[in-house]
Amino acid sequence: MRARTIKIWHLVHKWTSLVCTLFLLMLCVTGLPLIFYEEIDELTGNVPVPPALAAAAPSVGVDPIVAEARRLYPAEQVKYVVWDDHAPDLIYTSLQRPDSAPDEFRVLAFDARTGNLLQEPEYNSGFMYVMFTLHVELFAGLPGMLFLGFMGLLFVASIVSGTALYAPFMRKLAFGTVRRDRAPRARWLDLHNLLGVVTVTWALVVGVTGVINTWADLVLAVWRNDQLAEMTAPYQGKPPLAHLGSLDAALANARAAVPGMSPSFVAFPGTDFSTSHHYMVAMHGDAPLTSHLIKPVLIDAGTGMLTDTRDLPWYVATLLISQPLHFGDYGGMPLKILWALLDIVTIVVLGSGLYLWLARRHSSIELEIAELERAEVRLAAQ
Amino acid sequence: MAADGSSRRARLTLRQVFAAPLAIAVLSGVGLTSALLGDDIWDVLSWLALAVPVAVILWYWPRRSA
Repeated sequence: MRARTIKIWHLVHKWTSLVCTLFLLMLCVTGLPLIFYEEIDELTGNVPVPPALAAAAPSVGVDPIVAEARRLYPAEQVKYVVWDDHAPDLIYTSLQRPDSAPDEFRVLAFDARTGNLLQEPEYNSGFMYVMFTLHVELFAGLPGMLFLGFMGLLFVASIVSGTALYAPFMRKLAFGTVRRDRAPRARWLDLHNLLGVVTVTWALVVGVTGVINTWADLVLAVWRNDQLAEMTAPYQGKPPLAHLGSLDAALANARAAVPGMSPSFVAFPGTDFSTSHHYMVAMHGDAPLTSHLIKPVLIDAGTGMLTDTRDLPWYVATLLISQPLHFGDYGGMPLKILWALLDIVTIVVLGSGLYLWLARRHSSIELEIAELERAEVRLAAQ
Repeated sequence: MAADGSSRRARLTLRQVFAAPLAIAVLSGVGLTSALLGDDIWDVLSWLALAVPVAVILWYWPRRSA
């Protein structure tokens, strides 16, 4: 690599890193507890435990649950019904006032067998809420989310340029060398190079999928205007429904339309996932990969009849596959622990990078580049 | 083993520099995808493959005693 090329890579690495490092440190620190979101929720009692029943009971259906949610909070509207993959006896409903902010919602957890309200889990306050909101949007809504996405792009550029710089720095050192006899700066440079290069795939995947996740709202908006609009074209211009029909009937028709799949959640009329006339029943498979993908089934919320169902377009599928790859929640507890360890390694890479910049000798980069340049010239002369 | 690294004079080729990192990168990629595509044995493969970068770091981490 020529000295000039090295210098350019170095400039890219320095500036992309300097801009994004503090935000990336925040993302790594807040991301650490988020890896164990479910476990922490369970430990803090934010997840209800369905009581043991005397006899195996069939599901009561969702209509009684929706009716109960409406009875408890008549001023609010049911927006979503969500099933829990890990706990088949739980059904969640989310409710909102007509005038509340999009991220302000109430969640009710019901026993799927009896239809009894079990708990009102708290998602709008507390430690995990602060961690989650900082991590996702810095308490700044969509602009905050897109800003963090941009920081993620800089992080990706910093990983790529850092990998390119690995070569000139390691030309004379065996893989894994950490010079212990030298000044702390040399030792930390070696550690930064080692830790950075062995975690490059993981950091790139988590970085890129994190960036994709920041575009979730935009991806959803494109889908609404594209596929959802096409599927529900005959309903355009119709006044909103005054009364919603049976959700159980809608679910039966959704199951019949896509056999072998089960509902993951239902978006009610008037939500971002649906029209003002439809239950959007999000069906998913039970295989590892298909459980992350959904198949939207649009059911007329008045009649309960099928309107249309199609496979998701590539851009929504990409978003949905990006979620587990970012969260690390798709391979049990050992994968979560590895995710946490690699996250901590990334914190060390970020911290050591910052240290290397702060502890730089005066015009050290120029000296280092000049040294590399001399080496190139010597080699070219041989 | 760390002591002889700094005294090495021979200049490594690009291939030599990136041989180990590339192997670890490919293994990590296998680990990241396998748990997504299957359960049980695929999960185990994922854990083993993603444990490699962590193990490499522990192996080369400088220790107090020589």
